[in-house]
Parts: sequence; structure tokens; C-alpha cells
Amino acid sequence: MARVDVKKTYKLYIGGKFPRSESGRSYEVYAAKKGTFLANAAQGSRKDARDAVTAARAAQPGWASATAYNRGQVLYRVAEVMESRRPQLVQEVRDAEGLSPAAAESVVSQAIDRWVWYAGWSDKYVQILGGLNPVAGPYFNISASEPTGVVAVLAPQESSLLGLVSVIAPAIVSGNTVVVVTSADRPLPAITLSECLATSDVPGGVVNIITGKAAEIAPWLSSHRDVNAIDLAGAAGAEGVDWAKLEEASADNLKRVLRPAGTGSDAVEPDWTQTPDLSRLTAFLETKTVWHPKGR
Amino acid sequence: MSTTTETPSRTAIDATARARDLLGVSRLTNQALTTWLHGLPGVDQVGCEARAAGLGTRSIKTTSKQWAIDLAISMIDLTTLEGADTHGRVRGLAAKALVPDPSDLSTPRPAAVCVYGDMVATAKQALGDSDVKVAAVATAFPSGRASMAIKLADTKDAVKAGADEIDMVIDRGAFLSGDYLTVFNQIAEVTKACDRGDGTRARLKVIMETGELVTYDNVRRASWLSMLAGGDFIKTSTGKIQPAATLPVTLIMLEAVRDWRDLTGEMVGVKPAGGIKTSKDAIKFLVTVSEIAGEDWLTNQWFRFGASSLLNDLLLQRQRMTTGAYSGANYIADDSPSTAY
Amino acid sequence: MLPRKAPIQMSPFEYAPAPESRAVVDLQSSYGLFINGEFVDGGGNAFKSISPATEEVLAEVSEATDADVDAAVKAARTAYTRVWSKMSGADRGKYLYRIARILQERAREFAVLETLDNGKPIKESRDVDIPLAAAHFFYNAGWADKLEFASLPGGANPQPHGVVGQVIPWNFPMLMLAWKIAPALATGNTVVLKPAETTPLTALLFAEVCQQADLPPGVVNIVTGAGPTGQAIVDHPGIDKLAFTGSTGVGKMIARAIAGTRKKATLELGGKAANIVFDDAPIDQAVEGIVNGIFFNQGHVCCAGSRLLVQESIAEEVERRLKRRLGTLRVGDPLDKNTDVGAINSKAQLDRIIALTDAGESEGAERWDNGCALPDKGFWFRPTVFTGVTQTHRIAQEEIFGPVLSVLTFRTPQEAVAKANNTPYGLSAGIWTEKGSRILWMADQLKAGVVWANTFNQFDPTSPFGGYKESGYGREGGRHGLEPYVKGTH
Repeated sequence: MARVDVKKTYKLYIGGKFPRSESGRSYEVYAAKKGTFLANAAQGSRKDARDAVTAARAAQPGWASATAYNRGQVLYRVAEVMESRRPQLVQEVRDAEGLSPAAAESVVSQAIDRWVWYAGWSDKYVQILGGLNPVAGPYFNISASEPTGVVAVLAPQESSLLGLVSVIAPAIVSGNTVVVVTSADRPLPAITLSECLATSDVPGGVVNIITGKAAEIAPWLSSHRDVNAIDLAGAAGAEGVDWAKLEEASADNLKRVLRPAGTGSDAVEPDWTQTPDLSRLTAFLETKTVWHPKGR
Repeated sequence: MSTTTETPSRTAIDATARARDLLGVSRLTNQALTTWLHGLPGVDQVGCEARAAGLGTRSIKTTSKQWAIDLAISMIDLTTLEGADTHGRVRGLAAKALVPDPSDLSTPRPAAVCVYGDMVATAKQALGDSDVKVAAVATAFPSGRASMAIKLADTKDAVKAGADEIDMVIDRGAFLSGDYLTVFNQIAEVTKACDRGDGTRARLKVIMETGELVTYDNVRRASWLSMLAGGDFIKTSTGKIQPAATLPVTLIMLEAVRDWRDLTGEMVGVKPAGGIKTSKDAIKFLVTVSEIAGEDWLTNQWFRFGASSLLNDLLLQRQRMTTGAYSGANYIADDSPSTAY
Repeated sequence: MLPRKAPIQMSPFEYAPAPESRAVVDLQSSYGLFINGEFVDGGGNAFKSISPATEEVLAEVSEATDADVDAAVKAARTAYTRVWSKMSGADRGKYLYRIARILQERAREFAVLETLDNGKPIKESRDVDIPLAAAHFFYNAGWADKLEFASLPGGANPQPHGVVGQVIPWNFPMLMLAWKIAPALATGNTVVLKPAETTPLTALLFAEVCQQADLPPGVVNIVTGAGPTGQAIVDHPGIDKLAFTGSTGVGKMIARAIAGTRKKATLELGGKAANIVFDDAPIDQAVEGIVNGIFFNQGHVCCAGSRLLVQESIAEEVERRLKRRLGTLRVGDPLDKNTDVGAINSKAQLDRIIALTDAGESEGAERWDNGCALPDKGFWFRPTVFTGVTQTHRIAQEEIFGPVLSVLTFRTPQEAVAKANNTPYGLSAGIWTEKGSRILWMADQLKAGVVWANTFNQFDPTSPFGGYKESGYGREGGRHGLEPYVKGTH
């Protein structure tokens, strides 16, 4: 007689814990190609988003004050843990995105490599982006980058793992904390990523992941006054999401808005396999300039 | 405008007792002095110099300028401090002090002539019973490197010869090595040596030689130490070391006397000396006196310029304002005319 | 020209009046818009620019309508397409150098005009605004042919946006113009700029400078007017990028207006800076820094140190020294070289200052001013200090934008940081302490784009300026100031 297997229960990832949605709702997730039922995912609500922002805010000062070296180590550790979960990630990406085994392997490899790439930036971008300013006077004057704070991230709808990593890693490497709304239809790799994060050294609250529909959650994040910035990448292809409205709401506390790729009002999902530049990292940085007189 | 140079007829205070009282200690030790002096607020060099530069841009109304030039003349300690000084030269200087401008007898007289101790009698005799004082440098001026016995003898000798004022130098070596108690004691002892024994005493100017103290923090500490030890005036320089009387250094000292009055109710004078050569410079200093310490210091009782060539430039400006025409060096009578003109 | 009352009599010194001569300024009775290299009449109702110190009408200025703005944007587009985008960086730089030189040569004229139109003391327009404006052109001129070395998006080939719309405030009219135009032109953009309606005159004089420098027509266009003119620039579809300095309220309106478009924006907005004084501060310089922090330019400064946070142990002493120092501040004729504090820029601003200070009093803070005499005509406000202020008072939260200081106290560095950051703004902050490690710790903790330690209100073309949080985004000045003017990858 065949063994009755133990089905996994998919939950949210908030403040380092795996709570159910406060709404108690879940929704069915199907494989991209075959349309087979994969799992029930928690359907995050605005209150889950609120709790996630609270967790992200609480974690932010500590994460930002960790040494750059330490943040690099932590991000690198995520890559290590993902490597150890590679078969599971490959399977989930295959199911989610309908890829061939080889293509899914490649996507997972790139996702892991992307953590490594960003991990290496942790103690370098400040030097690249800032430095001493030669002011015309007897002053020491230096500009350095600091994290913006709490960043809301609409993760890409299509690229369920590589795209997801490509938006999370550049935001957190500098000391921001994030509240991520996953791809609505392809949330399962994000949940496994949560488990990787939870078992690596990423402090609780640095990354908070909410599965569900951006159309329902994103407006609350874009209007949330304790959110400092928002990445609208996942607005591309998200059902019922008007990124213009989200940007408009973001103006209430002058959030830094990273618009979706595309031209005009169109939002398109970029090719995440391209080697990134620094723009997603710099989008969530502030430049602080400090002056001090030089005297005897 | 006051041109009084009346000497306060107070006798030497017991500086040590007062210092103990102010510092709140039962015994005045070097450590107590160090703690007190190092507890003074620091001076930010850039901010201090910016403030001084700002004061230097004040523009003075013509009538005020006339008043300021006369005031500046009345604040001068007309000085000759050279190895080559002769009795003749000192008499010439005294004559200049008595009649600064023979072409205009309304010109005020400088506050004092300032000479080496051995010239005091000559200066005193030449000045007679005029209101021009005789100031003598003492205490092994300018280096101050002599035994205490010599320094005190130097002082007493000048006082005995009739000096109204004594310009002493502090031991910068002791100060820079942190031996504040030695500096304090020397000042306090010289203060006593200024006593004439008849209930009056010569006023004591304490030369800190700020060019050797280098930092504004040191200038501030030396100012407070000098006031604590009983100096009647704090003075920037001997004139032998550069930089001498800069505006920022004088500003620090003016802040010190202002704050000292807040603390004790007593006024102490300030004397920048060396390097102030033009009327324009002098007026910048007076503006600084006015805005930092206040109007009470705008008298030669509490502010002096130690200078030699400044007087002639003030006289040139004075003539220019009186006659309406620019004047020249040949219209300024001088017993030792400068080749710089 | 100004009925002058004697200031506080500190001494027998009568400073001044030493008024700077107005003769260097050749004011026309009316000014048009500067579009495509020429002055043209605007379609709207002409408005008057007055001297806030005397309420004297200085000139009539055209109001640009939507059609005028459209013409300006089209001129800028044509100039961009046909001339400016094809020109080498080296040549663009040479035009900027020319402008910088002319500004230096005509510095006195600009300074006097700025002081007339704005009300700021001549010593500030002469020593700060105009020299810095020229310096910004010099600095950016040098970048024009070196952009590939500036680590900008686009790397070896950074691309300008095209036509940039710029709207600037009345507090530093020429300086803000320079902050905006110099980097925009250096990076290869063309410009439509609107000066503030109360201070349009130096921008119009700058238009003459553009002519004098033979700058190709359309590269710089200057349209005058009030809010509706600014709105027309913001909404114009031909604008690729916006740069705005002004209130947070208007900044938010702009952010909303461009939402969902591909227009970029740099916003340099309000502030409520904490100037934090510890008990080991260099006290005399700290007092100067407090004074400079809030009374410089009548407090019409977005980064003004409007909240003095002083350690409780020295609060009384700082207050005493501060008040004594304020007694020597000279308020009056802005053209007088001895004037420290000039006129409030407009009746509207004066009303706002009065309303907020009245609120401060009614909410229980203790009000003190230096009691100086004020001229009969014009808009004036005495240097004012509120003590006993708490974080919940309106005068501790709202930007007053005037010569009004709110004094609060703290006990520990942590409390100072918490109070300093307890505001939606984050433009600047000041720290006064002789302890180096504390400066660096504080600087790390403060959520502000510019931190002045043992100094305040210092500006330099090489030094990036801009805010955190609701003080806006983007930086102006330095290499950082070029970034908003080139295309990013997103």
C-alpha cells in the first residue's frame, strides 16, 4: 500500500516566523504548463502587509548597523543554503514557470549566483558611490550612501525565483528591509526561498514575504507612511494593478519609487537573466554628506 | 569718550585664595588648575576665524570713524623695545606722545609709552606730570627665561623707577608643558611686586605670547589663567614673535574677559600688540571689542594697542578727515621716521 | 531709500548706513519671457515684482500662459535636437565657463538686484549667493566633457533626458537657478526654468547673460509666473525631467502629477533641522552656528537649524549667550553692508510667520525677541527665540521659514537623536561637540541628507545636497548632482 505523504502547508514569512494569513484565506496554485494543482498558498491581506511593515521597521536599524562585511556574509550564506536545496528549487521553478529541467537548473543557478554577486557588493558600493568632496574651504566633507529604510517590493509575476532574488538582494544588501509581495500565480519558489532565508543568517524581519495578489495588497503598501520606498517591478503583468495609482499614492510621504520597466504607461517584466547593473541597489540609497571644520 | 588712564587704586589681591574659592578646592594644585582650565569650552578654529572675518567687514560711518580714530590713538601704548634704544630715542618717543601732531593740537595723546625697564626714568622725566603713562616690560622680556628672583627684581626696579604699568611675559615653556601652577605663581608674585608699598600698585599686563601658544584653546586657557592669577590686562604678544596680534586671537581674549566679568564681576583689560599697523586694522579691532566684550571696554582703561607705526597711520587718516585731502608721511612729524613711508 | 531707525545702540559706534549703490543695476520697467533666445511678451496678466524692504515696485513681469510654456518647451526641444545634443561636451563646457565668467564680472549687479528683489542682506548676496552661483557654473562646466568618468548610469556614454523643466523658489533665486541650470546643461539637457513669482528679476538678468555668452537660442528658456505656470511645466508632455526646489506640499503635488509617466523628478523640499548642542561644544562657535543656522537669509532656508536641541546641563547658559548675541544682530536696510538680517520676502510669508509664532505663544512656549526697531515700510520680523518648546508644539513640527528659533532640550545622545529624527523631514542636521567619536556616531544616526558638525549652513558646488524622507529625493551638487540629469536604466 502506498504511503500517505505529508503535504506541505504554505504560509507567509513575517518577522522571521511563518504565520498563516490573519485573514485565514488561502488560494489554489497550479502548475504553469499542465495546470495541475500544486498547493494552497496563504492569501495575504492588508493586515498581513501592515504586520510585515512593522516587522521590517523593527529589523531595519539593526540590519543597517550590521557591518558591511557581515551583511555580505549573510547574503552569501543564502546562496549556500539555496545550493543545498537546489533540487527542490529546480522542481518548483519548473512547475511554476513551465520550464524544461535544463532551463530550470539554469534559472536556479543564476538565482544563486545573483546572491553571490550582490553579497560581494556589500562592502564596495559605498566606496564607488561616495567619497571625499573637495570643497573650497577648510572643511572635511564626505558623502556616503545609506539605506533608505523599509522598502515595499512587488516581485515579478513571471520570474518566480530569479526575478524575486533580483529584486530582494539589491534592496537588502545595503541595509534596507523589505516587504515582498510575491508573484500571485507562482508563489511557491518564494516560500522555499523564505525557508532558505529562515535557515540562513538573515535576521528575522529583514525579508518579509507575503504570497497573494498585488492588486489587493500593493495599494496599502504604497500608501503606508512608514514605508520609505517601493519597487513596482511586479506591477508588470499583475492582474488589476495600475502602477500609476500606486506611484500616486506613494507621493503622500514621498516614497522613492522604482518604476516598472517599459515605456509610457506600459509595464513590462525585464529579462532577469541579464547581468544586473547597480541601478536597483542605488534606487534604495540615500546620500548623506557630513561636514566638519579642519582646525588646530 | 573717556580718555582716563586712572589706575585703580586697589592693592594686590590674594590670588591664590581667590583661585581656591573660584575652583572650589582647598589647596591650589596643578591638577586643580588643569582640571579647571581644560574644562573651559574648546575653540573651533574655523568658526572663530570666520566670526572674526565677519566682524572685519563692518563698515563705519564717517562721524564714528573720526571718533574711532581718536579713540584708537588714545589706546596706543607707544612702544620702543629695541636693543639699540637710547635715552634720546625714548625722549623723542615721549615728545611724540605728548604732541602727536604739532599741526593739530586737538589730537589726543596715546595712553602710554612702553619701554624697557632701564628707560623708565627717562620716559617718566620726559612725560612729566602729563596723563601719558609709562609702561615697562619686565620679567626678562621677551623670552622670560630667567630665574624668578631676576624677574621680580626686574619688575620692582621698573616700579621703583616710576613705571605706571608693567608688561610681564609668562613662562610659555611651563605653560606648554602643562605646569600651570608655575605660571600662576609667577604671575601672582609679579602682581605683588607691582605694589608700590603706598597702597597703590602698577597695573600688570600679562603677555601670553600667543604666537608661541599656537592654538586658540591655549590662548583661552592662558587668558583665564592670567586673569585668575591677578593680571589687570591680558596681552597677546611681545612683538618679537609672529604671528602677533591677530583679530581671532584678540576675539578669544575678549570673550575671556567678557566671561570673566560674568563670573566674577571684575573687568580685565585686553591689549593686542604687534602687527597692527593701519587705521583700518585698528577699527576692525574696535568693532570686535564693541561686539564681543561690549561698550564698557571701549576706553583706554580696558583696551590698548601695543604698537609703534600704527600711530602715524592714524594721524594720517585724522589729517585726511580734518582737511579733506589725503596726507603724506612728510606731514607727520616723527622723531624716528620709518623708511616704510 | 529706506526710512531707517537706529538699531540697538551697542556702542558709540554708528555703523553705516553704508548702502551698496543701486546704480549698478539697470532696471527696466517691464520684462518679457525669455524664449528661444529672445525676450517676448507673455500671454498672461503682467504682475509686479516689489522690493520687500520698501514695497516699492521694481518692475512688471510677464505671466507665462500654457501656450507660452508650450512655446518654451518647443524651443528647448528644438535646441536640444538640433544643437545641444549634437555639440561636443567640451563646447558645452565652454559655454558654461563663459556664463560663469560673466557672472563673476557682473557679480555686483547681480548681488544688488538680488537684494532689491529678495530682501536679503547685501553681504549675503555679495558673499554667498552670487559667488556660489558662479562657482556652480564653473564646477559643472568642467564636467561637461568628462561625464564618461563620472560613474553615471550609462557608463561610458551617459545620455541626457532631453528637455528639463525646473521650478525654483524665492529664497536663493540666483543660487537655485545655478544649482538647476548648470548640471542640466553640462549633462546635455536643455532647460525651461520658472523663477518664483516674488523674485523673478535675477533670472531675467541671467537671460541677458545667456545672450551675452551667445548661448544657442532655446538651450535656456525662462518663463515667469506663479503656480499655474509651474503647473503647466510639470504637466507638459514635452518635459522629460523635472527639478523642483520648494515646499513639501508642492513637491507632493508634482510627484502625484508625474505618477504613471516616465518623467523623472528631483525634489528638494522643506526641512525642520535639529541643531544639536552638547555640553562639551565649542560654545562661542556653537552660538555663532545657531545664529547662522536660523537667522541666515532671515531663516528662509530649507535646511535652517530651526530646532535647537541643547543638552539640559548647558541650556540656560546657551540661552543667555544666544540672547546676548542676538542683541548685536542688525536688522534693516538689506542694501546696507552692515545689515545682518534683511526683510521677509513677502507679505504672505510674513503672515505665515506671524500665524505660526502666535500659535507657539498660545501653545505655551515662551517667546523672546531682540526688541530691535523695524523700518516702517516693508515686511519685517524680529529675530525671535522660543524657549520651553516641546516636540508636540507646532513651532517644533512645522517649517516656519522665518527668523524663528525653537529651543528644546535633551539629556542623552540617544534622546537627541530620537528627537532630531522625530519629524517627517530629513534635510539637514547640526552637531556641536568636541568629542570626535560622538560626532561620527551622531552623524550615522541622524536621518538627514546633510550633517554639519561644528559648523552650519555651509554650501559648495562639489558637495551633494538633498534630503531624506519628506525633504525630497535626488541630490544637487557634486558628482551626485549629475546623476538625476542622465537617463537611468529604469
